[in-house]
Amino acid sequence: MRARLHRLAPFTLALTCTACSGSQSALDPAGLPALTLLHLMLGIMLTCAIVWAGVVAVLARALSRRRAPRPHSVSRERRMTIVISAALVATVAILSAFTAASFIATRALDGADTDALLIRVRGFQWWWEVNYFDPKTGETFATANEIHVPVGRAVRLQLAAADVIHSFWVPSLAGKQDLIPGRDNELTFVAQRAGVYRGQCAEFCGLQHARMALAVVALPAEAFAQWLETQRADAVAPSSEELRRGHDVFVAKACGACHTIRGTQAAGMTGPDLTHVGGRRTIAAGVFETTRGSLAAWIADPQTIKPGNNMPMVPLEPDELRAVSAYMASLK
Amino acid sequence: VSEIPIRSDMRDTDVAPEQLARELTKIWSTPPGLWGALTTVDHKIIGRRYIVTAFVFLVLGGILALAMRAQLAGPEGRWIGADRYNQVFTMHGSNMMFLFAVPVMEAMAVYLVPLMVGTRNIAFPRLNAFSYWIYLGGGLLLWGAFALDMGPDVGWFAYVPLSGPQYGSGKRADIWAQMITFTEVSALAVAVEIIVTVFKQRAPGMTLARIPLFVWSMLVMAFLVVLAMPAIMVASTTLILDRLVGTHFYNPAEGGDVLLYQHLFWFFGHPEVYIIFLPAVGMVSAIVPTFARREIFGYLPIVLALIATGILSFGLWVHHMFVTGLPRLGEAFFTASSMAIAIPAGLQIFCWLATLWDGRPVLKVPLLFVAGFIFTFVIGGLTGVMVASVPFDTQVHDTYFVVAHFHYVLIGGAVFPLIGAVYFWYPKITGRMMSERLGQVAFWLIFVGFNLTFFPMHILGFQGMPRRIYTYQPEMPWGGLNLVVSLSALVLALGFLMFLVDALRSLRGGAVAPDNPWNAATLEWATTSPPPVYNFPRIPVVTSASPLWDSPDTLPVAAGLRIDRREALITSLREADPQARESMPQNSIWPFLAAIATSIMLVWSIFSPWAVVWGSIPVAVTLIGWFWPKGIPEDEA
Repeated sequence: MRARLHRLAPFTLALTCTACSGSQSALDPAGLPALTLLHLMLGIMLTCAIVWAGVVAVLARALSRRRAPRPHSVSRERRMTIVISAALVATVAILSAFTAASFIATRALDGADTDALLIRVRGFQWWWEVNYFDPKTGETFATANEIHVPVGRAVRLQLAAADVIHSFWVPSLAGKQDLIPGRDNELTFVAQRAGVYRGQCAEFCGLQHARMALAVVALPAEAFAQWLETQRADAVAPSSEELRRGHDVFVAKACGACHTIRGTQAAGMTGPDLTHVGGRRTIAAGVFETTRGSLAAWIADPQTIKPGNNMPMVPLEPDELRAVSAYMASLK
Repeated sequence: VSEIPIRSDMRDTDVAPEQLARELTKIWSTPPGLWGALTTVDHKIIGRRYIVTAFVFLVLGGILALAMRAQLAGPEGRWIGADRYNQVFTMHGSNMMFLFAVPVMEAMAVYLVPLMVGTRNIAFPRLNAFSYWIYLGGGLLLWGAFALDMGPDVGWFAYVPLSGPQYGSGKRADIWAQMITFTEVSALAVAVEIIVTVFKQRAPGMTLARIPLFVWSMLVMAFLVVLAMPAIMVASTTLILDRLVGTHFYNPAEGGDVLLYQHLFWFFGHPEVYIIFLPAVGMVSAIVPTFARREIFGYLPIVLALIATGILSFGLWVHHMFVTGLPRLGEAFFTASSMAIAIPAGLQIFCWLATLWDGRPVLKVPLLFVAGFIFTFVIGGLTGVMVASVPFDTQVHDTYFVVAHFHYVLIGGAVFPLIGAVYFWYPKITGRMMSERLGQVAFWLIFVGFNLTFFPMHILGFQGMPRRIYTYQPEMPWGGLNLVVSLSALVLALGFLMFLVDALRSLRGGAVAPDNPWNAATLEWATTSPPPVYNFPRIPVVTSASPLWDSPDTLPVAAGLRIDRREALITSLREADPQARESMPQNSIWPFLAAIATSIMLVWSIFSPWAVVWGSIPVAVTLIGWFWPKGIPEDEA
């Protein structure tokens, strides 16, 4: 399949970057149904390009022909009628083929895989809550803005919205699906190679719609199992004086009112679960790479970095801020 | 010349041509000055006003577009903040759709349809005056709010719940919803006028099969307006009710449904595209035969294609909702219907190509814009076929691919023909020719600038760039193409500037236009450029679909209209046989006052529901004044 993609590459004008943030391009599929969609899209586009070239060629010829006036002729009119009828028949045939092809491809989108990994995603202004649910054990845990999936296994996302309409879109893996208040939608995909695939909200959802990214991290099966193990566990206990102080500030100040850190008293439900925040690639839905410094900057002044978001500025002394950000970064 | 004293019930056959012209001028003219401007019901004055106002809104919307391109030229742009950007793209879309595209098309109809069907004024002339003032009121509301930093910021579609009471703060969404009311009232009024003018005021002999294609397209457009606009009125009114008086149409917690809003919006929103596009098609069908110097090939198929497009346009709204999670089988139906609308569009393109192929085209500026139209619109139509496919759409929906698609359809498909039409009819409207040379320069700037601006957006969409984002991160691979797009937008803007300069300069500096500078075939070219206040000294009688080609020297005329009062000839719907002489309204200040009273009520209702109660009293007063009986016998059969 890789070879085939390479053959297509120049044709698709692919200028994709798979650097730090992961690819976010419909032209760079890494799974199903994105690959099926790309094939369908290329087929339709190629056909359309030929049709367009034909129309423009006829137009150019019609405009550049020079000749003397001719009397009205019935046979010429009849010839034109025949040509136009033929063109119309061709139009109908092409459109019918497109309709049939997209109907078949649509059916392929709904892969009803019973073995699928079930993940609940809820859209908030402007971040993603991700809930893993194990039907066998009934165990569940929450994370945010990052979805880890095993390579080669179907993943079924249950999509819901907490406030306004959002749209889940990771183009390298699948087409988009809206998250709509009062409705539940689903999206199924399979990542076929390991990697990081970026996505972002595709339905205008207010002030910071532009800053509502997410990442799907596709891991080999063992690595995924290991990741699950880490995530199920409670937060690591603070291992130094500074981290302990960070923990205390977190619990004592307003932080815990909105955020949960499993294994501590912080159990707020408004903001993202922070139990393993230090292990995530980015914070604030893709705004910064997760570092101690970026965490400090975010906590110090979230309204300047992402104006309008729901996180208030909590006044902290400089040493408190240092301690809290160190503690956050330690929550791997 | 002997002057005959005018008795009542004197007919146009009783006086010499010079005196007839004088008498008709006397009864049809608009008084000079401000009073005349406020009271006129002349379709030509109102149409001109409409066109100019719509182009002012085009310029304003274009400036917003350039502001967005400045912001997006590079990653993490700092020209406009998130809040202002969201207002700007909402304003751009709402302004272009509701204050430019639909009104400018209706404005062309207001000016041209009465001339093309050979009558003296549009039907319901006072309603026509009212519709302009209401339209102006809606435009002032929207732009006034934007100037006060209260511009709507929820997109031109204003989806709930983002625009609802819980998430749409302040009065911004209300202003959007009420602007809709203004523009819809005005659009509905004009639509009714067009339908009645075409059905009942055609020149004798202009049977259905002899109606100019431009008029046909305006007729179909008017029906689309009448059938589609009520859906958006319901959507925006229920939205305002949710916001203002706490109804729960769209609140899922109280049994409301957010998708209902989308259905209502797009049941209007998709025909809206054809409300803009069909008039443009009519302009193309007027320009092509004139410059190909032969009759249009396939008149009847084109008429049927117009009607088919109109009907089909109501069956595809769901393709705007392919990713909302509707049942797959239903989606497949809408894929098929969305694809099917390409058939009548294709048929018209084939007929134009055949006309050009068989004729002897002269590549003057209007035809140049038509050629540019075919080149770009076919791309827009084909990308439309692409987004009609559900699986394709799931990847490109709400991305820059769609931004590219609908600008190809709306600019390529509607604005190109519109500018061609301005070059075409400018001599008729102003009595002056526009510059052929400046027009060529403007065309190439617009054509090249447009394609360089919008074609790369297709690729940006595939590369994952969503719409309506005020910025993007430097690590996304979009910076280069966005810079190309932003620079090309300047070329496009320069092209529009050239066009506007040409239009303004030619008002005084253009060559004086003859009555029929392009040797076109339809009735508007049978009168002087610009037309007299009464349009035609005598009502022409039509014996073919191309009257000025088939009888180039003299047209037969109908006689017998009174010359002591305004009268129009009423004819039958199908054969256009004369049926009656209808007295036409005089100038009046009441439509202007009614529009002011209505505007006050609508704006006030943003702030209090009681506005509907108290505000309707002045509306009632002005309407009573408007319709106060004059004691004139109406029709005389």
